[in-house]
Amino acid sequence: MSATVGQPRQFCTLGGQQSVVAIERAIPIVHGGPGCSGKIFGGMSFFNGFQGSGYAGGNAVPGTNSCEKDIVFGGEQRLREVIDGTLKVMDGDLFVVLTGCTADLVGDDTATVVSEYRERGVPIVHASTGGFKGYNHLGHELVVKAIIEQLLVPAKAINPTLVNVWSVIPYQDTFWAGNLNAIRELLEGIGFEVNILFGHDSGGVAAWKRIPEAALNLVLSPWVGLSIAEKLQERFNTPYLHYPVLPIGAVETTRFLRTVAEFAQLPFQPVEDFIVKKEGHFYHFLDRAADFFMEMRWDLPGRFINISDSIYALGISRFLVNELSLHPAQQVVTDEPPEEHREDIRRHFAELKETVSAEVIFSNDSDTISRQLRKKGYDLPPLIIGSSWDRDLAREMGGFHLSIAMPVMDRLVLDRGYVGYEGGLRLIEDIYGSVLGTY
Amino acid sequence: MSLVNIAHSNLPTREQRLGSIVSFEGLASELAELSRSGRLQDRPRSFTQVSSCASSCAICLLSLIQDAAVVNHAPLGCAGDFSMFNLVNRYGLVKRGQTPANARLVSTNLNESDTIFGGAQKLEQAIRDAYERFHPKAIFVTASCASAITGEDIDAVADQLEEELKIPVATVHCEGFRSKVWTTGFDVAYHAILRKIVRPPEKHRPEVVNVITFWGEDVFSELFNKVGLEANLVVPFANVERIARLSESGATVQMCSTLGTYLAAGLESIYSVPEVKAPPPYGLAGTDAWLRALGRAVHKEQEIEELIASEHEEIGPELEDLRQQLKGLTGYVAAGSVHGHSLASVLRELGMNVAGGCFWHHDPKLDHGDPAADSLEHLVKEHGDMPVSICNKQAYELINQLRRMKPDVFIVRHPGMAVWGGKLGIPTFLVEDEHFALAYRGLLRFGRKILDAVNNPSFYKHLAQHAKLPYTDWWLQQGPGAFMKEAE
Repeated sequence: MSATVGQPRQFCTLGGQQSVVAIERAIPIVHGGPGCSGKIFGGMSFFNGFQGSGYAGGNAVPGTNSCEKDIVFGGEQRLREVIDGTLKVMDGDLFVVLTGCTADLVGDDTATVVSEYRERGVPIVHASTGGFKGYNHLGHELVVKAIIEQLLVPAKAINPTLVNVWSVIPYQDTFWAGNLNAIRELLEGIGFEVNILFGHDSGGVAAWKRIPEAALNLVLSPWVGLSIAEKLQERFNTPYLHYPVLPIGAVETTRFLRTVAEFAQLPFQPVEDFIVKKEGHFYHFLDRAADFFMEMRWDLPGRFINISDSIYALGISRFLVNELSLHPAQQVVTDEPPEEHREDIRRHFAELKETVSAEVIFSNDSDTISRQLRKKGYDLPPLIIGSSWDRDLAREMGGFHLSIAMPVMDRLVLDRGYVGYEGGLRLIEDIYGSVLGTY
Repeated sequence: MSLVNIAHSNLPTREQRLGSIVSFEGLASELAELSRSGRLQDRPRSFTQVSSCASSCAICLLSLIQDAAVVNHAPLGCAGDFSMFNLVNRYGLVKRGQTPANARLVSTNLNESDTIFGGAQKLEQAIRDAYERFHPKAIFVTASCASAITGEDIDAVADQLEEELKIPVATVHCEGFRSKVWTTGFDVAYHAILRKIVRPPEKHRPEVVNVITFWGEDVFSELFNKVGLEANLVVPFANVERIARLSESGATVQMCSTLGTYLAAGLESIYSVPEVKAPPPYGLAGTDAWLRALGRAVHKEQEIEELIASEHEEIGPELEDLRQQLKGLTGYVAAGSVHGHSLASVLRELGMNVAGGCFWHHDPKLDHGDPAADSLEHLVKEHGDMPVSICNKQAYELINQLRRMKPDVFIVRHPGMAVWGGKLGIPTFLVEDEHFALAYRGLLRFGRKILDAVNNPSFYKHLAQHAKLPYTDWWLQQGPGAFMKEAE
């Protein structure tokens, strides 16, 4: 972890709370100080596209609001009180207890308290997410693994067409709802039954209980979710496919669909038919607007700069290079990927295409990032695709700007997504909408 | 002994200083009586939903000082509210006709090894980084649960860096677990300001009146200029030098003494700047009383009387018209203690019924201890009694109340609670600018806003048809105070 962080683009492990909120009818219970949950909600949900409370997020989250007494004497009894109340008051199918710094530092035995309820048949699990342990990417994995370990049992039979998807992180990705929906539609389009697990109409705890039935776990990100797939392989023998690039636009989405289809040995023709139809739609609109791309891009292409987590930075870079013939400047990866994944990420950026490569900076500190980016000269205005923090930097550099990464404070986001064929079109609209809106 | 001990970096919490509570169900008159007689006791809830902590309140105020920087000594999740204060900062600058800019905030990003080996070095580094990045005139170091539990001596680090950097480096003991009343965070922020920023007066400026506010628009200058006074709004959007000279002013007023009690009392007890002890300036009766108290403090009784008369005359006809239109409508108010009393007064002055109020906590007294400023008593005396809940953002209790009360409009001051009124189909709005309803013109603005809300409720009706509440049927049939235990 880097030292000083200005303008945070990810938060602490307790951010896993938002992954719970994203599961239908699941209810987080926060065993921590009074402000932790609200700060996470503000940072990851409200001031990030104004995503909102949802069913049981925001101020609906049950919590122990630990005070001095709980620090001195321990907070286990207080946690029991709150769980008891939750089971009476809150209407949910799954309860996930998440600990904050206070409970983890004073050493409350949260696991034992929670297991007592589980033994009584309550659908409740516990994840140790004290904020000092890491970032919300880790928090997301901790929550998912807690549910896998504490709730799931092996399936009686494997469903050969069922796939579980582990991709963008709910709420951290401002566009997760739209993106996950697009992934689901793409995979359904080529013949899978899809367990998308998070978001509206994803099936709630019943869908989570079907995870062991799946024939395949799909990890659609450079590194987040890999350890989940490994855990599932170890526990249920489910094979996994790791496709590191978030598929945006026709080139990458087609490549992605063919790769998954081949891995799962799906019949060839229906997959190709689906691809032809989708590509037709995508290129029809690029063709229709080709005049714009020839005539109105006089101060673009300059260079594009992504400042976002590895999922977006890589996915969007590949899209802009391979689909729009844009050229990258330095790319900034903000999610501090674990060391063992960094070489792969660097390689993906080095091989954006045979003739195009990009240098990567790993940093989550705005000052470090802006000092690096200012060093370079640019012939034409650069395009910064990052968070709302980067608006001032873009203005200072005379560039253009689009907010797509946490925190997004200058856009309201409902079901928009950038994944897939249609997602690529949306991203093109948003990028050039922002460029044109400058004047 | 002085109310405010600036020799020490920390101060007692609101519950310790003022006997503040976060739970109560009853009538406003009962709450006022219990407060006055010193018999008010908190009744802890066994079931609770997440609340807020002192650190957010402290960081909010301090990060909006335009040439100061804040170093949050904490894991990165405690910086979850940086985004909000950044947006408030940008929005506030645009509203004041200035170029929007990001707030000056950094986190020390404490991790597991820091909790074992200590994070003092990281804190030193972050303070130096903040100095280099922002060239601030002062740096505030805000503590966290993690830094406090691991026993970090942030005062020692701050003192050392203050010497090195030659600017004030003030610690702010706002760790979340210390107080169940999040407004303790305001007090510790003001304490840091009183200790490290405010200087003894170099000259006396009797025409300047300190106004302790949040980020609302300046509606004071227009009023004050009419009587030859100058409004000095602090601390958000002020700079360090202006705050340093708070000791020179002729008086201090507040728009909400829940916010400013400690700073106002501190300025009076240390520098003899008189605090105007009156309920805040909301509604005709409240504004009249507040202005008269100000007039006495700065010896402008006659000018103030003329101002009151002319303002009454100015708003009279439209106010009468609004009262006719709003007559018979019922409102419910949820807001921070004193501001909630103020909003309830405003509704009654607009001729509406008030079904009740939900206030986030209750201070039985203010730091100065003078009952003349008791806004709850003012509410009961001027506008009659009403049911009151004291509840630190317990959404489950609020939703239970709202379903019973079925108000025509729900008015909220605090993010995160408005949504529950909307989901019940009640026209609901958030009072984003705390000065929106303030003084005479505010009364009209607020009345027009309420009329708009009730005259086109489509959004709320549709929302209620489709929203699913996360509560069991059992709970919705209980009384809202079902989980309150007996006082400990």
